[in-house]
Amino acid sequence: MFSLVAFIPRAILQGIPLLFGCVGETLSEKAGSLNLGIPGVMYVGAMCGVIGGFLYEQSCGGQVVPFLAIMIPFLSCLAGALLMGLLFSFLTVTLRANQNVTGLAMTTFGVGFGNFFGGSLMKLTGSAVPSIALSATSQCFRKALPFADNLGWFGKVFLSYGFMTYLAVAIAVVCGFILAKTRIGLQLRAVGENPATADAAGIDVNKYKYFAICIGCMIAGLGGLFYVMDYANGVWSNDAFGDRGWLAIALVIFTLWKPNVAIFGSILFGGLFILNLYIPGAGMATKELWKMLPYLVTIIVLVVTSMRRKREHQPPESLGLPYFREDR
Amino acid sequence: MDKTPKIKKEPLIKLSKREDLDRKHRYMYRALAIVAALIVDGIIITAIVHMNPLDIYGTMWMGAFGTSRKVMVTFKELAILLVISIALTPAFKMKFWNLGGEGQVLVGAWATAACMLYLGGKLPTGILIIVMFFAALAAGAIWAMIPAIFKAKWGTNETLFTLMMNYVAIQMVSYFIIKWEVPKGSGHVGIINQSGQEGWLPYIGTNSYPLVIGFVLIVTIVMHIYLNYSKHGYEISVVGESQRTASYVGIKVDRVIVRTLILSGALCGFAGWMMVSGTDHTITTSLAGGNGFTGIMVSWLAQFNVLVMSLCALLIVVLGQGASEIATTFGLNEAFGDILTGVILFFIIGVEFFINYKVHIRKSGKEEA
Amino acid sequence: MSTLEDREVAVSLRNVTKTFGSVTANNNISLDIYHGEILSLLGENGSGKTTLMNMLAGIYAPDGGQIFVNGEEAVITSPQDAFDYQIGMIHQHFKLVDVFSAAENIILGMPGKAKLDKKEVLADIHKEIDKYGFEIDLNKKIYEMSVSEKQTVEIIKVLYRGARILILDEPTAVLTPQETEKLFFILRTMKERGRTIVIITHKLQEVLELSDRVAVLRKGEYAGVVNTKDATESSLTEMMVGKKVELNIGRTEPHDVKDLVHIEHLTCLNKYGRKALDDVSFTIRGGEILGIAGIAGAGQKELLESIAGLQKAEEGSSILYRAIDNNDEIQLIGKDVNDIKNLGISLAFVPEDRLGMGLVGNMGMVGNMLLRSYNEGRGIFTHDTAPTELAEEIMEKLEVVAPSVHTPVRKLSGGNVQKVLVGREISLAPRVLMTAYAVRGLDINTSYTIYNIMSEEKEKGVGVVYVGEDLDVLLELCDRILVLCEGKVSGIVDARTTTKEQVGLLMTKYSGDHIAKIHLDTLMKEDD
Repeated sequence: MFSLVAFIPRAILQGIPLLFGCVGETLSEKAGSLNLGIPGVMYVGAMCGVIGGFLYEQSCGGQVVPFLAIMIPFLSCLAGALLMGLLFSFLTVTLRANQNVTGLAMTTFGVGFGNFFGGSLMKLTGSAVPSIALSATSQCFRKALPFADNLGWFGKVFLSYGFMTYLAVAIAVVCGFILAKTRIGLQLRAVGENPATADAAGIDVNKYKYFAICIGCMIAGLGGLFYVMDYANGVWSNDAFGDRGWLAIALVIFTLWKPNVAIFGSILFGGLFILNLYIPGAGMATKELWKMLPYLVTIIVLVVTSMRRKREHQPPESLGLPYFREDR
Repeated sequence: MDKTPKIKKEPLIKLSKREDLDRKHRYMYRALAIVAALIVDGIIITAIVHMNPLDIYGTMWMGAFGTSRKVMVTFKELAILLVISIALTPAFKMKFWNLGGEGQVLVGAWATAACMLYLGGKLPTGILIIVMFFAALAAGAIWAMIPAIFKAKWGTNETLFTLMMNYVAIQMVSYFIIKWEVPKGSGHVGIINQSGQEGWLPYIGTNSYPLVIGFVLIVTIVMHIYLNYSKHGYEISVVGESQRTASYVGIKVDRVIVRTLILSGALCGFAGWMMVSGTDHTITTSLAGGNGFTGIMVSWLAQFNVLVMSLCALLIVVLGQGASEIATTFGLNEAFGDILTGVILFFIIGVEFFINYKVHIRKSGKEEA
Repeated sequence: MSTLEDREVAVSLRNVTKTFGSVTANNNISLDIYHGEILSLLGENGSGKTTLMNMLAGIYAPDGGQIFVNGEEAVITSPQDAFDYQIGMIHQHFKLVDVFSAAENIILGMPGKAKLDKKEVLADIHKEIDKYGFEIDLNKKIYEMSVSEKQTVEIIKVLYRGARILILDEPTAVLTPQETEKLFFILRTMKERGRTIVIITHKLQEVLELSDRVAVLRKGEYAGVVNTKDATESSLTEMMVGKKVELNIGRTEPHDVKDLVHIEHLTCLNKYGRKALDDVSFTIRGGEILGIAGIAGAGQKELLESIAGLQKAEEGSSILYRAIDNNDEIQLIGKDVNDIKNLGISLAFVPEDRLGMGLVGNMGMVGNMLLRSYNEGRGIFTHDTAPTELAEEIMEKLEVVAPSVHTPVRKLSGGNVQKVLVGREISLAPRVLMTAYAVRGLDINTSYTIYNIMSEEKEKGVGVVYVGEDLDVLLELCDRILVLCEGKVSGIVDARTTTKEQVGLLMTKYSGDHIAKIHLDTLMKEDD
């Protein structure tokens, strides 16, 4: 039987990694950088978190202190994602390399990084199944409010999640506010729309781009961490994260570069992603067809916005272009 | 009102564009970047497997060229990557970012497999192969044509559209794989027509690899001529440089976009056909194996020069084959190759900067005006 | 008011040099700018005026030499540094973010409270600018603004940054004579209030009307400075060009004038669905030059592109071409470039955007000749013998300076690029020759080459259409002038008997409160 109360939490859990990825990518795109390396960054973020958690669990023999069990993977994830962000910024901003190509190379590298170290850790543990389980760490991440269970459907739909879910929503709200309502946001958008103008107005274009890309990557990296630690119960298996990174990039377009809208967009995408499980009478094969839905919906949004040509709904004007002040 | 501005020093590094670098130096810079990347890769390898990097590169070399069979496999891999890179090139030259190579290869493979399964034994193999061939080309072409039409008509962002089409293709193929799976429940199609080999490309020696390599060689030469000497090629260059110039002289930009993407998609479909009919004889969702993306980088790094593209592709394939040899020898996993390839790509991407810009570093002491 | 003699030096440039690749844009230039003066920086296009000022504005860094501000050496490496020295520049191509409002553009990059409070921001801007009496809707988005409104935003932007030295790059190029008057009024008011103003221009009358002193650049070199009261048009021209030149375009009386193209009720929409052309009717005649005047964006582009088959026209429009041999009339509406070509109609079109539309920057002369002829000849391959010959011929006849016929044309200078484009179009032996801003950015010699080519074509009986921005040139070169205003024809006048002011009035006939107004009386009352 289909139950909305059961469906929504699952859709949200599916949606949160996308939300992290989407908000991170939005920041970067608003500063004019189309970062196609986000899927790779999410892999690296997840893997660094796994490595951090793994080393900590090993060192304390399973008796984890919740604070450290959260902070160590969390900070390792941020550090890994930051390094990827710096790499992308250095290549595309300082060295003015083509963003699409750099992004794709980063995705190749990042996915390879995740799978390689995933494989190495499995070898280290001598695990019989092709996965690593960090259940103790995961339990800390998944801890929900204790009274959520007592509040019936309300508790289930709104309060049954680990802290990272709320963190994702909070980051989205904060980013939305910064972009729309603050001086920094205005200047960031100016950099993405017209860097020459921003430069002439005294804005340090490269600095804004570096910060937007790096912070964007760190946020996206958390999406990978959430996936392993919360959604997947601390179990890493190679390639399990799949193509969610690309879906996060699709979500940026779907939400028209608005982090606030991304909160609902990500839940919708999460829902579409698992809708196949709720289609009555669908066989294995048909389910695969239903999984096309989020991609088809993105394509439809792309097509519709391009047909409507509304000035405010277009991508940042200099998205994907490098900037050199002395270009004539 | 009077604020005293802080006295600033001359910046440490100044940049200017340069256009004076000749071809020889350009290639020298790129070669240096590859050497630097190989050194970094060597350090990574040494750190992980604690071995002399020279031995490692030796092992890698053997992995790619150690036996005649390995040489054949390496060249087959090269052929596949190269043909996909070449397929994407006309679109890129037109500044159309076709990130949908994966999907286009996959639907080509799907059409080929469908023909083998449904028509195998009903048609003579020669005719069957031809039917498969055209089915694959048509499937790839249609897959690329859809985003192209929207791009041409409404300017829909092709980077993201083609990217999404990959996943639509993957899901569609997943559906058929479950329909076709042998045995039921395995999730695999298995070798198609193993007993009768209906629809398999003929063997030369112990496999069809030489044939595949030959096909790709022909495609490479034809594409070189097409891009540089044909009217179509000229139109592609003009559209890529400036769509307004193109319409100004009466080139129908939308028609050129759709036509070029049909060509691009058909060639990807052709790659799918070769893989199912010539090398793999089966279909999986990961059949394209990331070559659709790697091909983009190869095509871009070679700046649309088909011959340079062959060398780029060779480098990446040799590295991949070598890395998988190391992976087997040292019990690491296959993803190791992706890391090494990633490092090389970063270096080649980065070196373009030093080719296009001149860096002036402030000399210590006061500079004379 | 201080006299010129005891004014202090605000900025001095000493031996400043800047090169781009192999081109020396500024060679060893020394120049002083005094507090509270209006200095004209005069020079031909390409003489290095903008480059020099860009170094004060922090856009370019000098390769050699020093800059002193108020007597102290200044290193200006970014626009922010320039603001710190109270220098602000209004660029010719406005630096505004289209999707932002005027207010958002003005405060861009300025320090202040992190959270933006719209009311507070507006009040703050008003406090800074009200004394100058601008009237502008600060909430309007830039993409909805007219050129003159955008310029106002740019001026407010630098004033808001506390600039005391304002540099304006060709500010009148896009304004009507009436708008120019208003701008000059504002500039004089700012001078009264102690601001220093540098205006980059190549228009002599403006220099004489507005400035206190004139500094002249010639081919990247400093040619000297004079007090405006001691200067005349001819003395300045001589400084600018280096020798005395006759500023006369030889205009012949038209003969054998024949109607060539009848345009009736031509209406078309821009991409946002607004009417770019509204019921335009006129006739192009062989054997005369028809000038087209109007402020930027009044429909000039759409008009030429409609005739060339590049622009879709609305129902009821008609463009009738009269064939020479049999006087048949051919309807061009609904035909595209190729259809027109296949009908044997030879239309030549020199578009405004030379490298973005007329030519392919990354191809050589040969590749660019091929643009018009690549489809000729049989087979699937292109043939480049004929284009190579044509390229060599143009290179010789029009004295194109280029390393070879295969050098990418984007590497050539502006004048040579235009020669390549015009040369190719003339080689089509056209019946109608349309040009848009054909001399923009060219030096005087090349400009005259272009004027001569147009006059020669006119003599041959070709219908020449010249879209221009310099009214003096339009009045001297053309036989008739059609004035466009907001997509409508506001008048067709005889160029020999009309004055500049009359054309100027026609240019704004239909634009009511579109232009940023200045409250003259506010200005009068204020004293500083």
